[in-house]
Amino acid sequence: MTDIIKELEKEQLRDEVPEFAAGDTVRVLYLVREGAKERIQAFEGVCIGRRGGGVDETFTVRKISSGIGVERIFPLHAPTVSGIEVVRRGRVRRAKLHYLRGRRGKSARIAEKRTVR
Amino acid sequence: MPGLIGKKVGMTRIFNDEGVQIPVTVIEAGPCPVVSVRSDEQDGYNAVQLGFGAKKAKRTSKAEMGHVAKAGLEAAPRLMREFRTLNGEEYEVGQQLTVELFEAGDRVRVTGRSKGRGFQGVVKRHGFSGRPASHGHPMSRNPGSLGPGTDPSRVIKGKKLPGRMGGDRQTIRNLQVVRVDGDRNLLFVKGGVPGARDGYVLISK
Repeated sequence: MTDIIKELEKEQLRDEVPEFAAGDTVRVLYLVREGAKERIQAFEGVCIGRRGGGVDETFTVRKISSGIGVERIFPLHAPTVSGIEVVRRGRVRRAKLHYLRGRRGKSARIAEKRTVR
Repeated sequence: MPGLIGKKVGMTRIFNDEGVQIPVTVIEAGPCPVVSVRSDEQDGYNAVQLGFGAKKAKRTSKAEMGHVAKAGLEAAPRLMREFRTLNGEEYEVGQQLTVELFEAGDRVRVTGRSKGRGFQGVVKRHGFSGRPASHGHPMSRNPGSLGPGTDPSRVIKGKKLPGRMGGDRQTIRNLQVVRVDGDRNLLFVKGGVPGARDGYVLISK
């Protein structure tokens, strides 16, 4: 990749990205435009994977909404994503948690990560 | 209005205000000095000759050096191209054209030399369908029949057949200018443009 492209992409990166990985429960605040009005909506669920790098990076959040599994893919550096909060850290052994799609209820739980002090 | 000569830097993506991602090609365009102006009276056609980049003195012929000296240039441009324009009188020899010629929202055409693909079959080169992949067909990407039989007893001229693909001059029209960066001489156009990175392209309105 040429230096100019690298520089241009750097300018578009979000200043602060909280540390989070697959298995963490995150709350994504994103701007919704309805006609002329703008408001912030939250999408809370388990991050089941991150992919790509630089401006191309995206992450997938999965939640169960009224009994139906919903997944949303957010570009990490999109200006419409106004904030990302980490709600809970999960302990998982995979980078991509696609196995959660076939599970529900008790078997879809993720253990909390214990941090060593 | 003439265009500009540029160099393809590469592709990336840009977020617009609505958060929509736009694929863009970044072109380092200009500054292009006007090396000479062709007029109808003198040359039989109207155009401006633009230059781009700089060439080492030892690679420049004396004739070329003399030609560019008229435009007040110290080094010969690496590339010189003429752009047809009706209002050539408006441009002075020695004047510099920059990306400010364009603004975001403009529609431009970009000309370049496409990447060479080598000897390609008919499916890739001309978009033939080949045979179906399943339902008992043998795997095949051949061109099929070349035409009628005994009556013409020859193949019609211009029949699409396998051969060399790419490496030719191509123009993409109606590309949208997404952003203009005057400080860095960069032009952002939506979508792809012909050629490899570092390839020269011509941009005109």
